[in-house]
Amino acid sequence: MKYAAHINVMPLKELLDPQGKAVSTSLSGLGIDGIQDVRIGKHILLQVEAASAEEAKAIATNACQKLLVNRVMESFEVTITE
Amino acid sequence: MKFGVIVFPGSNCDRDMLHALQDDLQQEVIMLWHKDSDLSMFTTDDCIILPGGFSYGDYLRCGALARFSPMMEQVIAFANRGGKVFGVCNGFQILCESGLLPGVLLQNDHQKFVCKNVYIKNEGGDNRIAQKIAQKTLKIPVAHGEGRYFADDATIASLEANHQVIFRYCDEQGNVTKESNPNGAINNIAGICNSTKNVFGMMPHPERACSDALHNIDGRAILQALSN
Repeated sequence: MKYAAHINVMPLKELLDPQGKAVSTSLSGLGIDGIQDVRIGKHILLQVEAASAEEAKAIATNACQKLLVNRVMESFEVTITE
Repeated sequence: MKFGVIVFPGSNCDRDMLHALQDDLQQEVIMLWHKDSDLSMFTTDDCIILPGGFSYGDYLRCGALARFSPMMEQVIAFANRGGKVFGVCNGFQILCESGLLPGVLLQNDHQKFVCKNVYIKNEGGDNRIAQKIAQKTLKIPVAHGEGRYFADDATIASLEANHQVIFRYCDEQGNVTKESNPNGAINNIAGICNSTKNVFGMMPHPERACSDALHNIDGRAILQALSN
């Protein structure tokens, strides 16, 4: 079966996110009010060949832990779709 | 005793390092290609250097992809045998990504690439850099976008307790101040070593401060401390 692993990687909550801070300043400069905070991460999409959704999730999670994510600075979540 | 300088795709301070070691400090240097995996010509008295630059275009995270090159697997084994390893700038980032040094280098707090001379100083301790260079301020250039050293509270406490912080950013008089910190690094940390004191990483570039022609040779003491 082919699965898609959607991975969201975000800077840890306690870390200053300079990119998000810069975008937040620009948004308020544009007059777009009501946005209290901006944090910017990345979205990684993997095409995975696996026997089940559980196996696809295990493969994607292993990829995150080995390479895609640095846990000292980032958190991640994996969602599997067909 | 000799040095090895690794060349990754995107390294751009490898020749500066070669020039500083070979021509300014009269050291033997062997250039190493990231795809090779032979370090048999080196003993643990020797020193492997990871130079600055933008290995693999800084893709994914700075240093994240270089960490898995064949040569880095050998460097990790070399370090675990007690060999000296020294990383500058992107080399420091690679050492953190590889787990040879704790922590990570985050994007500068002011969001800008910073390229200027800064002052750093060491505060003693039992590592070879602290022991071999005078405890005075050194003027060394930095050039980085991701140099804000960060680690969790427990790691920072252990680095401080074990004297693993080799350099802090300071002003010309040696005062460690917020204003003298070029990137927002925690505790003004500019460089650290591992707990066994044989792996060193720093953001400033000592190899850019070794030639009389550049009117600043403060970097020589740092590279010399690794040479014997």
